[in-house]
Amino acid sequence: MASAPEYPPVIELDGLEVRFGERPILKKLSGSFSGRAIGLLGPNGAGKSTLINTLLGFHPLSAGTARIFGLDIQAEARRVRSLTGYMPENDSFIANMSGVRFVRLMAELAGLPPGEAMERAHEAFFYVGLGEARYRDIGTYSQGMKQLTKLAQAIAHGPKLLFLDEPTNGLDPPARQRMIQLIQEVRDRGELRLLLSSHLLRDVEETCDQVIILKDGQIAAFCNLEEERRANRRFLEMETRGANGEFVEAIERLGCEAAQSGAGRIKLVLPEGVEIRQLYALAEARQVQIRRLNHKRDSLEDIFLKAMESPNGRL
Amino acid sequence: MAVYRKTYRPYEGPLTPEWSRFLIIPRYAFEEMRRKRFLALFYLASFFYPLVCAIIIYVVHNLSVFSAVGLPQPKALAINAGFYLHLLGFQSMLAFFMASFVGPGLISPDLMNNAMPLYLSRPFSRAEYVAGKASVLLILLSLMTWIPGVLLFAFQGYFEGAGWVASNLRIPAGLFFGAWIWILVLTLLALALSAWVKWKPVAGALLFGVFFVAAGFGGVINTVLRTNWGHLINISHLIGTVWITLFEEPVRRGAGAVFFRVARGEGIPLWACWASLIGICAACLWLLGRKIHGVEVSR
Repeated sequence: MASAPEYPPVIELDGLEVRFGERPILKKLSGSFSGRAIGLLGPNGAGKSTLINTLLGFHPLSAGTARIFGLDIQAEARRVRSLTGYMPENDSFIANMSGVRFVRLMAELAGLPPGEAMERAHEAFFYVGLGEARYRDIGTYSQGMKQLTKLAQAIAHGPKLLFLDEPTNGLDPPARQRMIQLIQEVRDRGELRLLLSSHLLRDVEETCDQVIILKDGQIAAFCNLEEERRANRRFLEMETRGANGEFVEAIERLGCEAAQSGAGRIKLVLPEGVEIRQLYALAEARQVQIRRLNHKRDSLEDIFLKAMESPNGRL
Repeated sequence: MAVYRKTYRPYEGPLTPEWSRFLIIPRYAFEEMRRKRFLALFYLASFFYPLVCAIIIYVVHNLSVFSAVGLPQPKALAINAGFYLHLLGFQSMLAFFMASFVGPGLISPDLMNNAMPLYLSRPFSRAEYVAGKASVLLILLSLMTWIPGVLLFAFQGYFEGAGWVASNLRIPAGLFFGAWIWILVLTLLALALSAWVKWKPVAGALLFGVFFVAAGFGGVINTVLRTNWGHLINISHLIGTVWITLFEEPVRRGAGAVFFRVARGEGIPLWACWASLIGICAACLWLLGRKIHGVEVSR
């Protein structure tokens, strides 16, 4: 599996296998992942939540092993859990508690002294934007507020790795946008690494720089979105009016690979040293209108669909 | 209070010792209990009888008080093992009611609200979780049972002197161990029922059922089969048998204590009582182990 060289590995899987009874759920997963934000993509039942739960020590391993920041998840489970924060997929709360008291309790259970835990619970609530509602009983919160409260309890104790399991579940568009912004902010500060599980491609694309695509308990594809973005930067798709064979030949004379696909659409690859304004100059000289110009790249959706369509589950 | 910075920052400060973290759970539980007026009043009322006992001990050692106020001197009450066994029995009965009020609310709300992944995703184990929840009842019920008993023994010892204390050491030992056996059985039963029955009133009712219905059923077995072995499922009988052994001979010929009365001629061997109590505790731990998980797995 690929790994970005600038960061040490966050998660290393070595033949990781998990079975529920006789049923294999995760099948010999291997790889080293080191992104700032790692996405876990896959259809329902692919094993995303099971992988997170296994890394948290909720499921025993049937075979293989896994390490987080170099620590074995079985032998050093307690240390691993002291470095992680977890935002579960479903509603998870403690009954009859105000939001801030709940987050304080969670921070204390992670090892913070009561005073520090209280201070950080308040900070976490302000950070996620629920400062004004922090003394209200959690039972009175809306779905969006509950999701933000789960994020607050996951970060209050200052973990090094944050597991986010479907963080935008049940959120309306503004609340989703707020959650995505928060995740991006946390990611960009660089003090906290993320493992985000979602079946929503857009969430992963907006927040992650590496993506693991799971299918049927196996890693169907691994994609470094950062590299993909860089590699595809020079692919262009143009929509023109009045373009003809001569215009395409002129583009090719600049050193570009170009192909016309009917109705004035031209796909081309810009070589190093050729700038887009040269294309505009050529078009102006030949009375061709460039009506649209897009950087074209393999979207995450393309990669995901390819992974899902491949018969053996792998790209 | 801190200035709230609207940013994420890692925590680099000191951490609490790992061994002490299970005590966070009772601290929060007691804060919660304090807000429930009925529980608070009931708990305060449970100290009335020890207070009466303290007055009795004082009066017994100060009978001249009656002459001073012109009243006839009452016949002196014997402050012996039976007196303390009666105190333990009465307080333990109140402890049972307290456990049935508090116990069902300990684990079931966490399971209903899917809180287990939150507890167990932290450096906090299943054993610590159970220890934390158990310590809520262990602390509450200790304060109701053996602690006042031992304090009253010390009070009596103050009047009687070191010789009396030395010759009656079985009493504080009986109070301590006798109460602990009861508290442990009660706590584990309450937790197991709380883990398996999500609806609190039903879990509380089931705790009564385990004691009274099982005792009744044991009585039916005894009558129909003309045996005493039906008492094996009567927890108060088992506890009573252990207690009269702990408090030694003088009480054995008596009858046990209040709620834990052991009728003469209906005893079963002590080893059988211990085996049954250990079996009940083991079953409760097994039931707890089956329910306390980070996530439920459907196989």
